[in-house]
Amino acid sequence: MTSSTNDDLLHIGDAFLESRLFIGTGKYGDDAVIPAVAQASGAQVITVALRRVDIGNPKDGMLSHIPKNMRLLPNTSGARTADEAARIARLARAAGCGDWIKIEVISDNRHLLPDGYETAKATETLAKEGFVVLPYMNPDLYVARDLVNAGAAAVMPLGAPIGTNRGLRTREMIGILIEEIPLPIIVDAGIGRPSHACEAMEMGAAACLVNTAIAVSGHPARMAAAFGDAVRAGRAAYLARTAPVLEGHAAASSPLTGFLGECHE
Amino acid sequence: MNAMNDDFFPELQKYPLSDVSRDIMACSDKEVLRALETAENGAWLDARDFMALLSPAAASYLERMARTAQSLTQRNFGRAIQLFTPLYLSNFCTNRCVYCGFNTCNAIHRSMLTLEEIEAEGACIAATGLRHILLLTGDAPKKAGPDYIADAARRLRPFFPGIGVEVYSLTQEEYALLCASGVDSMTMFQETYNPELYARLHPSGPKRNFHFRLEAPGRAASAGMRCVNIGALLGLDAWRRDAFFTGLHANWLQARYPGVETAVSVPRMRPHAGSFDQVQPVRDRDLVQIILALRLFLPMSGITVSTRERAALRDRLIPLGVTKLSAGVSTAVGGHVPAQAHTPTAMQAHPAENALSTTRAKQNVGQFEIADTRSVDEVAQAIRAMGYQPVFKHWEPLEGEEYACGALRQ
Amino acid sequence: MEIYLNGKTTAVTPECSLFGLITELGLNPDTVIAELNRDIVPSSQFETTILKPGDALELLHLVGGG
Repeated sequence: MTSSTNDDLLHIGDAFLESRLFIGTGKYGDDAVIPAVAQASGAQVITVALRRVDIGNPKDGMLSHIPKNMRLLPNTSGARTADEAARIARLARAAGCGDWIKIEVISDNRHLLPDGYETAKATETLAKEGFVVLPYMNPDLYVARDLVNAGAAAVMPLGAPIGTNRGLRTREMIGILIEEIPLPIIVDAGIGRPSHACEAMEMGAAACLVNTAIAVSGHPARMAAAFGDAVRAGRAAYLARTAPVLEGHAAASSPLTGFLGECHE
Repeated sequence: MNAMNDDFFPELQKYPLSDVSRDIMACSDKEVLRALETAENGAWLDARDFMALLSPAAASYLERMARTAQSLTQRNFGRAIQLFTPLYLSNFCTNRCVYCGFNTCNAIHRSMLTLEEIEAEGACIAATGLRHILLLTGDAPKKAGPDYIADAARRLRPFFPGIGVEVYSLTQEEYALLCASGVDSMTMFQETYNPELYARLHPSGPKRNFHFRLEAPGRAASAGMRCVNIGALLGLDAWRRDAFFTGLHANWLQARYPGVETAVSVPRMRPHAGSFDQVQPVRDRDLVQIILALRLFLPMSGITVSTRERAALRDRLIPLGVTKLSAGVSTAVGGHVPAQAHTPTAMQAHPAENALSTTRAKQNVGQFEIADTRSVDEVAQAIRAMGYQPVFKHWEPLEGEEYACGALRQ
Repeated sequence: MEIYLNGKTTAVTPECSLFGLITELGLNPDTVIAELNRDIVPSSQFETTILKPGDALELLHLVGGG
């Protein structure tokens, strides 16, 4: 459980988040479980998509299932180009979803891998319009740098292709982004088990976005709770490992043996 | 006596001295990296990997070695440092080791403690909180023989659950006698694993027997010692070689006696009253390399650093794989009881010397000069400052009713 | 009259308001998102927006997504 004296808040845009687990609303067997899932997960950010209303068979929108205090993160799924993504983003904002937008530009239906070039273009356009942009991307350092330059508020590299639940197949590349990119790194897609999420957090990811693994599990609320625990555990482990043992000692590059440079021998 | 296959010497013979030197010096960056990757993957290193880590090429990889060494040590030993102190019972010696302050030819004050004095020393040491003590003597079995050492151990048993001995080589029966008296650990420095140099360094006295000394740790293990600590006096021979053989020896002991705790020490030559000047210098960074290489080659063995090393350096070594530190040390006979009027013992070699007016420690010449003179409290403090926990009591034996340590300061 | 509704040619009441059409279709005006001829229509303007023949109207809402 988050403590009231939490000084490890995740700062994105104008938000200071306590929970580093973002959840999704797709693929549920029954959308009615989503409130219980949201509660159990402790998440404060939840993704939604925009779709045409099915005129012949209108159903209640997703909004009624989402706890009022959660922050919506609409995605631009369906967009195949930067222009389409921008259009969806503007619609979402106009619909009252707020300024946050997850850019998802995919024209590959076999693997659902994101188009980095179009994503960067959309990021630049929307950042200029005052959106808080969280682009979904294949962990490529150059694309990430473009996203930084374009004004993204975070970067969301995939762990494995959407829905595959394969875990951190791209862990080496995610590690590089964590090291090199001065934005929160939110691992999105491919997280299949709480241990995957824990591992991502231990590596230094700022947050995890989990959708499929919770939605299709046998008991989504329980799985959501497990993911919440896993993300907290991984983050705590990361903080414990990186908390300095020696304060005010030695050079950053050789903390253990840097003292030898000072020796007279 | 031990059967041939119980001896370390055949293992030692597999590595001729000149080959070892040549092989270590010739190790390439690639071999260092392979050794590093093996260690980082949690696999065991072989002798070639160990050589690579001791090579000149490895000197560029100290920080990376240190990271793995630190992580390995913390996983196997925790963030804890065991504390102990040596108690010299007697400095009578019949050897003429050219590098030692107790060399029989050196004109120093000789003495040995009575059992009452031993008990008084023990009480003072225990009052600092320490519960592990190391008993040392010079090599003079007729004066300070195994029975005397056993008696000393029995006297100290109520104060210390952990009693070690660092004395001359004993037979297996003699080690068994010590074990029965409450000794659970032995330390034996081969000094150098180079037999020709060894012979030159030990011109006379029982210590001259290279083989008898070499197999002592094995005999002690066979006799039931719980812990066996070994080491070479770095600087006597080329340090890379002696460090290599130290690791090899510890590895062999651990494999041959899996139930025994093994540890290695890394004493460097220090100023002393002896005559040996041909020290091959071991720089601080060499010492660090040795410690890191030993740690990576021997993930389960303890590493001890004595007060031969200065305080600031010892503190920096703590996160690199060290597991035991001595504190509140005197390398003179006794030396822990504060200044007071001592009654001279009956066995002084130089009766003209007045033992009443000065403290024993001031008067007595230590075996080597101490560079870290900090008290137990100061060393414990320094350990905590490094983020580690000083451990005063590491072991509680199951048998024996004499142990009543709870009566003393906790 | 005919408009393009969600990409399909659809017959609707002439001069109906956006609000009228939405409610006629059984949709919730509070949760529906409307884009008329590529312009977003704020929900406050649903009642005053009158549809013309040939208009391209997209009616969207939030659904589940990752």
